[in-house]
Amino acid sequence: MKLKLKVWRQQNNKDKGGFQTYDVVAEEHMSFLEMMDVLNESLIAKQETPVAFEHDCREGICGSCNMVINGRPHGPNSGTTTCQLHMRFFKDGDTIVVEPWRSRAFPVIKDLVVNRSSFDRIIQAGGYISVNTGGTPDGNSIPIEKDVAGEAMDAATCIGCGACVAACPNGSAMLFTAAKVSHLALMPQGKVESNRRAKNMVATMDKEGFGMCSNIGACEAECPKEISIDHIARLNREYVGSVFGGA
Amino acid sequence: MKWLINFFTSSIGRKLIMSLTGLFLILFLVIHLLGNLQLLVDDGGVSFNAYAYMMTHNPLIKVVAYGNYIFIVLHAVMGLILWAKNRAAKGSTYAVKSNAKVTWASKNMALLGTLILAFIFIHMGDFWWKMKMDVVPYVTIEGMDHQVKDLYSKVSHTFNNPYMVAAYIVGLATLSFHLWHGFQSAFQTLGLNHPKYSPIIGGLGKAYAVIVPLGFAIIPLYHFFVMK
Repeated sequence: MKLKLKVWRQQNNKDKGGFQTYDVVAEEHMSFLEMMDVLNESLIAKQETPVAFEHDCREGICGSCNMVINGRPHGPNSGTTTCQLHMRFFKDGDTIVVEPWRSRAFPVIKDLVVNRSSFDRIIQAGGYISVNTGGTPDGNSIPIEKDVAGEAMDAATCIGCGACVAACPNGSAMLFTAAKVSHLALMPQGKVESNRRAKNMVATMDKEGFGMCSNIGACEAECPKEISIDHIARLNREYVGSVFGGA
Repeated sequence: MKWLINFFTSSIGRKLIMSLTGLFLILFLVIHLLGNLQLLVDDGGVSFNAYAYMMTHNPLIKVVAYGNYIFIVLHAVMGLILWAKNRAAKGSTYAVKSNAKVTWASKNMALLGTLILAFIFIHMGDFWWKMKMDVVPYVTIEGMDHQVKDLYSKVSHTFNNPYMVAAYIVGLATLSFHLWHGFQSAFQTLGLNHPKYSPIIGGLGKAYAVIVPLGFAIIPLYHFFVMK
Protein backbone atom coordinates (compact mmCIF):
# COMPACT_ATOMS: atom_id res chain seq x y z
CA MET A 1 0.00 0.00 0.00
CA LYS A 2 1.20 3.49 -0.91
CA LEU A 3 0.85 6.15 1.75
CA LYS A 4 1.55 9.83 2.08
CA LEU A 5 2.92 10.64 5.53
CA LYS A 6 2.87 14.15 6.93
CA VAL A 7 5.24 13.95 9.87
CA TRP A 8 6.07 16.64 12.42
CA ARG A 9 9.79 17.38 12.29
CA GLN A 10 11.39 19.48 15.01
CA GLN A 11 15.14 19.68 15.66
CA ASN A 12 14.85 20.41 19.39
CA ASN A 13 12.79 22.30 21.95
CA LYS A 14 13.98 25.67 20.62
CA ASP A 15 13.15 24.88 16.99
CA LYS A 16 9.73 25.95 15.71
CA GLY A 17 9.17 22.72 13.80
CA GLY A 18 6.87 21.92 10.93
CA PHE A 19 5.41 19.15 8.78
CA GLN A 20 7.41 17.20 6.19
CA THR A 21 5.70 15.00 3.63
CA TYR A 22 7.06 11.56 2.76
CA ASP A 23 5.88 8.77 0.47
CA VAL A 24 5.99 5.34 2.08
CA VAL A 25 5.26 1.93 0.66
CA ALA A 26 4.00 -0.31 3.48
CA GLU A 27 2.28 -3.65 3.85
CA GLU A 28 -1.00 -3.96 5.63
CA HIS A 29 0.20 -6.56 8.15
CA MET A 30 2.84 -4.13 9.42
CA SER A 31 2.30 -2.34 12.69
CA PHE A 32 2.35 1.44 12.56
CA LEU A 33 5.80 1.45 14.14
CA GLU A 34 7.13 -1.00 11.52
CA MET A 35 5.81 1.36 8.85
CA MET A 36 7.72 4.16 10.59
CA ASP A 37 10.81 1.91 10.57
CA VAL A 38 10.43 1.50 6.79
CA LEU A 39 10.26 5.28 6.45
CA ASN A 40 13.38 5.71 8.59
CA GLU A 41 15.33 3.09 6.65
CA SER A 42 14.55 4.92 3.44
CA LEU A 43 15.63 8.23 5.03
CA ILE A 44 18.89 6.68 6.26
CA ALA A 45 19.53 5.25 2.77
CA LYS A 46 19.16 8.78 1.41
CA GLN A 47 21.52 10.05 4.15
CA GLU A 48 18.73 12.07 5.76
CA THR A 49 18.00 12.25 9.46
CA PRO A 50 15.47 9.58 10.49
CA VAL A 51 12.29 10.60 12.31
CA ALA A 52 12.82 10.40 16.06
CA PHE A 53 10.06 8.47 17.82
CA GLU A 54 9.97 6.63 21.10
CA HIS A 55 9.39 2.88 21.25
CA ASP A 56 10.36 0.03 23.48
CA CYS A 57 8.29 -3.11 24.13
CA ARG A 58 6.13 -2.99 20.98
CA GLU A 59 3.50 -5.08 22.75
CA GLY A 60 1.36 -2.37 24.31
CA ILE A 61 2.67 -2.24 27.86
CA CYS A 62 5.59 0.20 28.01
CA GLY A 63 3.70 3.36 27.09
CA SER A 64 6.43 4.90 24.98
CA CYS A 65 5.20 4.65 21.34
CA ASN A 66 3.42 7.95 21.58
CA MET A 67 2.20 9.79 18.51
CA VAL A 68 -0.97 11.55 17.48
CA ILE A 69 -2.20 9.93 14.27
CA ASN A 70 -4.80 11.88 12.28
CA GLY A 71 -5.70 13.87 15.40
CA ARG A 72 -6.07 10.83 17.66
CA PRO A 73 -3.47 9.76 20.26
CA HIS A 74 -2.38 6.20 19.38
CA GLY A 75 -4.44 6.37 16.19
CA PRO A 76 -8.06 5.76 15.23
CA ASN A 77 -8.69 2.51 17.14
CA SER A 78 -9.77 2.53 20.76
CA GLY A 79 -7.98 0.58 23.46
CA THR A 80 -4.69 0.14 21.60
CA THR A 81 -1.26 1.72 21.59
CA THR A 82 0.47 2.84 18.37
CA CYS A 83 2.53 -0.39 18.24
CA GLN A 84 -0.72 -2.39 18.30
CA LEU A 85 -2.19 -0.38 15.45
CA HIS A 86 -1.86 -2.20 12.16
CA MET A 87 -1.68 -0.75 8.69
CA ARG A 88 -4.73 -2.76 7.59
CA PHE A 89 -6.81 -0.06 9.31
CA PHE A 90 -5.64 2.38 6.63
CA LYS A 91 -6.40 2.40 2.93
CA ASP A 92 -4.04 2.50 -0.03
CA GLY A 93 -3.40 6.13 -0.99
CA ASP A 94 -4.27 7.50 2.48
CA THR A 95 -2.60 10.61 3.81
CA ILE A 96 -1.65 10.13 7.45
CA VAL A 97 -0.74 13.07 9.69
CA VAL A 98 1.63 12.22 12.54
CA GLU A 99 2.23 14.70 15.38
CA PRO A 100 3.82 14.55 18.84
CA TRP A 101 1.82 14.78 22.10
CA ARG A 102 0.93 18.43 22.60
CA SER A 103 0.86 19.96 26.05
CA ARG A 104 2.92 22.64 27.82
CA ALA A 105 4.01 20.05 30.40
CA PHE A 106 5.29 17.69 27.66
CA PRO A 107 7.92 19.72 25.77
CA VAL A 108 9.11 18.25 22.48
CA ILE A 109 12.64 16.82 22.65
CA LYS A 110 12.83 15.99 18.96
CA ASP A 111 10.30 15.23 16.21
CA LEU A 112 7.73 12.94 17.85
CA VAL A 113 9.55 12.46 21.15
CA VAL A 114 8.31 14.49 24.10
CA ASN A 115 9.66 14.82 27.62
CA ARG A 116 7.25 13.10 29.99
CA SER A 117 9.37 13.37 33.13
CA SER A 118 6.63 15.55 34.64
CA PHE A 119 4.74 12.25 35.07
CA ASP A 120 7.72 10.81 36.98
CA ARG A 121 7.63 13.77 39.35
CA ILE A 122 3.91 13.23 39.99
CA ILE A 123 4.69 9.61 40.90
CA GLN A 124 7.59 10.74 43.11
CA ALA A 125 5.16 12.94 45.03
CA GLY A 126 3.16 9.97 46.30
CA GLY A 127 2.53 7.27 43.76
CA TYR A 128 4.07 4.57 45.91
CA ILE A 129 3.68 2.61 49.13
CA SER A 130 6.45 3.26 51.63
CA VAL A 131 5.37 0.73 54.26
CA ASN A 132 7.19 -2.58 54.15
CA THR A 133 4.67 -5.13 52.94
CA GLY A 134 7.00 -8.04 53.73
CA GLY A 135 7.30 -11.22 51.72
CA THR A 136 4.59 -12.82 49.62
CA PRO A 137 1.56 -13.13 51.90
CA ASP A 138 -0.73 -16.17 51.97
CA GLY A 139 -3.50 -15.91 49.42
CA ASN A 140 -6.63 -14.33 50.92
CA SER A 141 -4.89 -13.52 54.21
CA ILE A 142 -6.10 -9.96 53.59
CA PRO A 143 -9.60 -10.34 52.18
CA ILE A 144 -10.36 -7.87 49.38
CA GLU A 145 -13.69 -7.91 47.62
CA LYS A 146 -13.55 -8.98 43.98
CA ASP A 147 -15.14 -5.74 42.69
CA VAL A 148 -12.65 -3.62 44.62
CA ALA A 149 -9.67 -5.70 43.47
CA GLY A 150 -10.98 -5.47 39.90
CA GLU A 151 -11.30 -1.72 40.05
CA ALA A 152 -7.83 -1.31 41.52
CA MET A 153 -6.49 -3.57 38.77
CA ASP A 154 -8.28 -1.51 36.09
CA ALA A 155 -6.56 1.61 37.41
CA ALA A 156 -3.24 -0.21 37.67
CA THR A 157 -3.28 -1.00 33.95
CA CYS A 158 -2.24 2.64 33.32
CA ILE A 159 1.04 2.55 31.41
CA GLY A 160 1.75 6.27 31.87
CA CYS A 161 1.90 6.95 28.15
CA GLY A 162 0.29 10.37 28.45
CA ALA A 163 -2.43 9.88 25.82
CA CYS A 164 -4.88 11.37 28.34
CA VAL A 165 -2.89 14.61 28.44
CA ALA A 166 -2.42 14.56 24.68
CA ALA A 167 -6.16 14.11 24.09
CA CYS A 168 -7.32 16.62 26.70
CA PRO A 169 -8.15 20.05 25.24
CA ASN A 170 -7.00 21.43 28.62
CA GLY A 171 -3.76 19.43 28.75
CA SER A 172 -4.87 17.96 32.06
CA ALA A 173 -3.14 15.01 33.70
CA MET A 174 -6.13 14.15 35.89
CA LEU A 175 -6.76 10.69 34.40
CA PHE A 176 -3.13 9.65 34.91
CA THR A 177 -2.99 10.98 38.47
CA ALA A 178 -6.44 9.55 39.22
CA ALA A 179 -5.44 6.10 37.96
CA LYS A 180 -2.38 6.07 40.24
CA VAL A 181 -4.27 7.40 43.27
CA SER A 182 -7.20 5.05 42.68
CA HIS A 183 -5.03 1.98 42.22
CA LEU A 184 -3.29 2.55 45.55
CA ALA A 185 -6.19 3.98 47.58
CA LEU A 186 -8.39 0.94 46.91
CA MET A 187 -5.85 -1.48 48.40
CA PRO A 188 -5.33 -1.87 52.16
CA GLN A 189 -1.56 -1.40 51.76
CA GLY A 190 -2.08 1.87 49.92
CA LYS A 191 -4.84 3.20 52.13
CA VAL A 192 -2.36 3.96 54.92
CA GLU A 193 -0.83 6.88 53.03
CA SER A 194 -3.89 8.00 51.10
CA ASN A 195 -4.26 11.07 53.34
CA ARG A 196 -1.17 12.70 51.95
CA ARG A 197 -0.94 10.95 48.59
CA ALA A 198 -3.74 12.74 46.73
CA LYS A 199 -2.76 16.11 48.18
CA ASN A 200 0.90 15.81 47.22
CA MET A 201 0.33 14.30 43.80
CA VAL A 202 -2.23 16.94 42.83
CA ALA A 203 0.07 19.72 44.08
CA THR A 204 2.87 18.36 41.88
CA MET A 205 0.49 17.95 38.94
CA ASP A 206 -0.50 21.62 39.27
CA LYS A 207 3.12 22.73 39.65
CA GLU A 208 4.13 20.91 36.47
CA GLY A 209 1.71 23.08 34.53
CA PHE A 210 -0.97 20.57 33.58
CA GLY A 211 -4.44 21.96 32.96
CA MET A 212 -7.65 21.42 34.88
CA CYS A 213 -10.25 18.75 34.28
CA SER A 214 -13.55 19.87 32.82
CA ASN A 215 -15.01 16.36 32.57
CA ILE A 216 -14.99 16.28 28.77
CA GLY A 217 -14.00 12.61 28.63
CA ALA A 218 -11.54 12.82 25.71
CA CYS A 219 -8.90 11.16 27.94
CA GLU A 220 -11.11 8.15 28.59
CA ALA A 221 -11.90 7.87 24.87
CA GLU A 222 -8.20 7.82 23.91
CA CYS A 223 -6.68 5.86 26.81
CA PRO A 224 -5.11 2.71 25.32
CA LYS A 225 -6.03 0.91 28.56
CA GLU A 226 -9.57 2.34 28.54
CA ILE A 227 -9.29 3.70 32.07
CA SER A 228 -12.58 5.27 33.15
CA ILE A 229 -13.03 8.86 34.33
CA ASP A 230 -14.84 7.32 37.32
CA HIS A 231 -11.33 7.26 38.77
CA ILE A 232 -11.19 11.06 38.41
CA ALA A 233 -14.28 11.28 40.63
CA ARG A 234 -12.44 9.14 43.18
CA LEU A 235 -9.37 11.40 42.95
CA ASN A 236 -11.65 14.41 43.60
CA ARG A 237 -13.01 12.66 46.73
CA GLU A 238 -9.55 11.56 47.83
CA TYR A 239 -8.18 15.07 47.38
CA VAL A 240 -10.94 16.77 49.36
CA GLY A 241 -10.56 14.05 52.00
CA SER A 242 -6.79 14.46 52.17
CA VAL A 243 -6.97 18.27 52.46
CA PHE A 244 -9.79 18.48 55.00
CA GLY A 245 -9.28 15.18 56.78
CA GLY A 246 -5.49 14.88 56.77
CA ALA A 247 -3.06 16.63 59.06
CA MET B 1 -5.18 29.07 56.98
CA LYS B 2 -2.51 28.57 54.34
CA TRP B 3 -3.83 25.09 53.63
CA LEU B 4 -7.27 26.53 52.85
CA ILE B 5 -5.81 29.08 50.43
CA ASN B 6 -3.74 26.29 48.86
CA PHE B 7 -6.92 24.26 48.48
CA PHE B 8 -8.92 26.97 46.75
CA THR B 9 -6.04 27.80 44.41
CA SER B 10 -5.39 24.15 43.51
CA SER B 11 -6.79 22.71 40.29
CA ILE B 12 -9.37 20.57 42.08
CA GLY B 13 -10.23 23.36 44.55
CA ARG B 14 -10.93 25.76 41.70
CA LYS B 15 -13.06 23.15 39.99
CA LEU B 16 -14.93 22.64 43.26
CA ILE B 17 -15.78 26.35 43.29
CA MET B 18 -17.12 25.99 39.75
CA SER B 19 -19.14 22.95 40.74
CA LEU B 20 -20.67 24.36 43.94
CA THR B 21 -21.51 27.78 42.45
CA GLY B 22 -22.88 26.00 39.38
CA LEU B 23 -25.14 23.77 41.47
CA PHE B 24 -26.41 26.82 43.37
CA LEU B 25 -27.21 28.55 40.08
CA ILE B 26 -28.98 25.38 38.88
CA LEU B 27 -31.20 25.56 41.98
CA PHE B 28 -31.73 29.27 41.43
CA LEU B 29 -32.92 28.68 37.87
CA VAL B 30 -35.74 26.41 39.07
CA ILE B 31 -36.97 28.97 41.62
CA HIS B 32 -36.61 31.76 39.05
CA LEU B 33 -38.66 29.78 36.53
CA LEU B 34 -41.39 28.80 38.99
CA GLY B 35 -41.91 32.44 39.99
CA ASN B 36 -41.79 33.71 36.44
CA LEU B 37 -44.38 31.26 35.19
CA GLN B 38 -46.86 33.72 36.79
CA LEU B 39 -46.14 35.90 33.75
CA LEU B 40 -48.33 33.45 31.85
CA VAL B 41 -51.32 34.15 34.13
CA ASP B 42 -53.76 36.34 32.23
CA ASP B 43 -54.75 38.65 35.12
CA GLY B 44 -53.18 41.87 33.90
CA GLY B 45 -50.13 41.18 36.03
CA VAL B 46 -51.74 41.22 39.49
CA SER B 47 -50.17 37.98 40.73
CA PHE B 48 -46.78 38.61 39.09
CA ASN B 49 -46.50 42.19 40.38
CA ALA B 50 -47.41 41.08 43.90
CA TYR B 51 -44.78 38.34 43.61
CA ALA B 52 -42.18 40.85 42.32
CA TYR B 53 -42.97 43.13 45.27
CA MET B 54 -42.48 40.28 47.71
CA MET B 55 -39.19 39.25 46.04
CA THR B 56 -37.80 42.80 46.29
CA HIS B 57 -38.89 43.40 49.89
CA ASN B 58 -38.44 40.12 51.76
CA PRO B 59 -35.15 40.47 53.72
CA LEU B 60 -34.31 36.77 53.43
CA ILE B 61 -34.73 36.82 49.67
CA LYS B 62 -32.57 39.96 49.50
CA VAL B 63 -29.74 38.12 51.24
CA VAL B 64 -30.10 35.10 48.93
CA ALA B 65 -30.26 37.43 45.91
CA TYR B 66 -26.93 39.07 46.83
CA GLY B 67 -25.49 35.59 47.35
CA ASN B 68 -26.74 34.75 43.90
CA TYR B 69 -25.02 37.79 42.33
CA ILE B 70 -21.78 36.88 44.08
CA PHE B 71 -22.01 33.27 42.87
CA ILE B 72 -22.69 34.36 39.28
CA VAL B 73 -19.63 36.63 39.38
CA LEU B 74 -17.51 33.95 41.08
CA HIS B 75 -18.61 31.29 38.56
CA ALA B 76 -17.91 33.61 35.62
CA VAL B 77 -14.57 34.96 36.87
CA MET B 78 -13.29 31.55 37.95
CA GLY B 79 -14.50 30.06 34.67
CA LEU B 80 -12.52 32.60 32.69
CA ILE B 81 -9.43 32.03 34.85
CA LEU B 82 -9.72 28.27 34.25
CA TRP B 83 -10.17 28.85 30.53
CA ALA B 84 -7.03 30.99 30.36
CA LYS B 85 -4.99 28.55 32.47
CA ASN B 86 -6.18 25.55 30.44
CA ARG B 87 -5.33 27.25 27.17
CA ALA B 88 -1.86 28.02 28.49
CA ALA B 89 -1.47 24.39 29.67
CA LYS B 90 -2.39 23.04 26.25
CA GLY B 91 -0.03 25.41 24.43
CA SER B 92 -0.64 24.43 20.83
CA THR B 93 -3.29 22.33 19.16
CA TYR B 94 -3.15 19.58 16.53
CA ALA B 95 -3.18 20.05 12.77
CA VAL B 96 -5.93 17.43 12.48
CA LYS B 97 -9.04 17.78 14.68
CA SER B 98 -9.90 14.70 16.73
CA ASN B 99 -13.12 12.88 15.90
CA ALA B 100 -13.31 11.22 19.32
CA LYS B 101 -16.83 10.99 20.70
CA VAL B 102 -17.10 13.86 23.15
CA THR B 103 -19.95 16.37 23.37
CA TRP B 104 -19.54 19.73 21.69
CA ALA B 105 -20.90 21.47 24.78
CA SER B 106 -18.22 19.97 27.05
CA LYS B 107 -15.43 21.44 24.91
CA ASN B 108 -17.08 24.87 24.63
CA MET B 109 -18.19 25.61 28.18
CA ALA B 110 -16.19 28.86 28.34
CA LEU B 111 -17.66 30.16 25.08
CA LEU B 112 -21.18 29.16 26.15
CA GLY B 113 -20.63 30.71 29.57
CA THR B 114 -19.42 33.99 28.08
CA LEU B 115 -22.51 34.17 25.86
CA ILE B 116 -24.71 33.47 28.90
CA LEU B 117 -22.93 36.25 30.79
CA ALA B 118 -23.63 38.63 27.91
CA PHE B 119 -27.26 37.53 28.02
CA ILE B 120 -27.40 38.15 31.80
CA PHE B 121 -26.19 41.72 31.18
CA ILE B 122 -28.97 42.31 28.63
CA HIS B 123 -31.54 40.62 30.87
CA MET B 124 -30.60 42.42 34.08
CA GLY B 125 -30.05 45.72 32.31
CA ASP B 126 -33.57 45.62 31.00
CA PHE B 127 -35.43 44.40 34.12
CA TRP B 128 -33.35 44.42 37.28
CA TRP B 129 -31.60 47.74 36.60
CA LYS B 130 -34.84 49.48 35.61
CA MET B 131 -36.57 48.18 38.74
CA LYS B 132 -33.61 49.36 40.82
CA MET B 133 -33.46 52.79 39.15
CA ASP B 134 -37.19 53.27 39.69
CA VAL B 135 -38.05 53.88 36.04
CA VAL B 136 -40.83 51.29 36.14
CA PRO B 137 -44.34 52.82 36.57
CA TYR B 138 -46.43 52.08 39.66
CA VAL B 139 -49.74 50.29 39.70
CA THR B 140 -52.43 49.68 42.32
CA ILE B 141 -53.24 46.11 43.25
CA GLU B 142 -56.55 45.40 44.93
CA GLY B 143 -56.16 44.36 48.55
CA MET B 144 -52.75 46.06 48.96
CA ASP B 145 -52.59 49.38 50.80
CA HIS B 146 -49.74 50.76 48.68
CA GLN B 147 -48.78 50.87 45.04
CA VAL B 148 -46.29 48.41 43.57
CA LYS B 149 -43.98 48.63 40.55
CA ASP B 150 -45.61 47.34 37.38
CA LEU B 151 -42.85 44.95 36.30
CA TYR B 152 -45.43 42.87 34.45
CA SER B 153 -46.10 45.63 31.89
CA LYS B 154 -42.37 46.23 31.52
CA VAL B 155 -41.83 42.52 30.75
CA SER B 156 -44.78 42.47 28.39
CA HIS B 157 -43.45 45.55 26.60
CA THR B 158 -39.97 43.99 26.20
CA PHE B 159 -41.45 40.77 24.85
CA ASN B 160 -43.37 42.63 22.18
CA ASN B 161 -40.02 43.53 20.64
CA PRO B 162 -39.07 40.73 18.20
CA TYR B 163 -35.34 41.44 18.62
CA MET B 164 -35.55 41.00 22.37
CA VAL B 165 -37.56 37.79 21.95
CA ALA B 166 -34.88 36.50 19.58
CA ALA B 167 -32.14 37.48 22.07
CA TYR B 168 -33.93 35.52 24.79
CA ILE B 169 -34.33 32.44 22.63
CA VAL B 170 -30.63 32.49 21.70
CA GLY B 171 -29.64 33.12 25.32
CA LEU B 172 -31.77 30.23 26.55
CA ALA B 173 -30.51 27.85 23.85
CA THR B 174 -26.97 28.70 24.98
CA LEU B 175 -27.99 28.02 28.57
CA SER B 176 -29.38 24.65 27.52
CA PHE B 177 -26.07 23.56 25.99
CA HIS B 178 -24.16 24.84 29.04
CA LEU B 179 -26.40 22.82 31.36
CA TRP B 180 -26.26 19.75 29.12
CA HIS B 181 -22.65 19.30 30.19
CA GLY B 182 -22.60 21.37 33.39
CA PHE B 183 -25.23 19.53 35.41
CA GLN B 184 -23.58 16.11 35.47
CA SER B 185 -20.09 17.63 35.36
CA ALA B 186 -20.78 19.36 38.68
CA PHE B 187 -21.48 16.01 40.33
CA GLN B 188 -18.38 14.39 38.81
CA THR B 189 -16.22 17.25 40.15
CA LEU B 190 -17.70 16.74 43.62
CA GLY B 191 -16.66 13.12 43.32
CA LEU B 192 -20.30 12.02 43.48
CA ASN B 193 -19.98 9.13 41.12
CA HIS B 194 -21.66 5.77 41.46
CA PRO B 195 -22.42 2.98 38.99
CA LYS B 196 -26.09 3.00 40.07
CA TYR B 197 -26.75 6.71 40.52
CA SER B 198 -24.50 8.39 37.94
CA PRO B 199 -26.71 7.35 34.98
CA ILE B 200 -29.72 8.77 36.86
CA ILE B 201 -27.86 12.06 37.48
CA GLY B 202 -26.85 12.12 33.81
CA GLY B 203 -30.44 11.60 32.68
CA LEU B 204 -31.78 14.17 35.15
CA GLY B 205 -29.19 16.68 33.95
CA LYS B 206 -30.16 16.26 30.32
CA ALA B 207 -33.87 16.51 31.14
CA TYR B 208 -33.15 19.62 33.20
CA ALA B 209 -31.07 21.15 30.40
CA VAL B 210 -34.03 20.84 28.04
CA ILE B 211 -37.04 21.47 30.28
CA VAL B 212 -35.86 24.52 32.25
CA PRO B 213 -34.66 26.66 29.28
CA LEU B 214 -37.77 25.57 27.39
CA GLY B 215 -39.93 26.68 30.32
CA PHE B 216 -38.24 30.09 30.27
CA ALA B 217 -38.56 30.34 26.48
CA ILE B 218 -42.34 29.86 26.66
CA ILE B 219 -42.69 33.22 28.48
CA PRO B 220 -41.36 35.57 25.72
CA LEU B 221 -42.94 33.41 23.01
CA TYR B 222 -46.33 33.43 24.74
CA HIS B 223 -46.20 37.19 25.26
CA PHE B 224 -45.13 37.83 21.68
CA PHE B 225 -47.46 35.48 19.85
CA VAL B 226 -50.47 34.99 22.12
CA MET B 227 -50.84 37.88 24.57
CA LYS B 228 -49.53 40.70 22.33
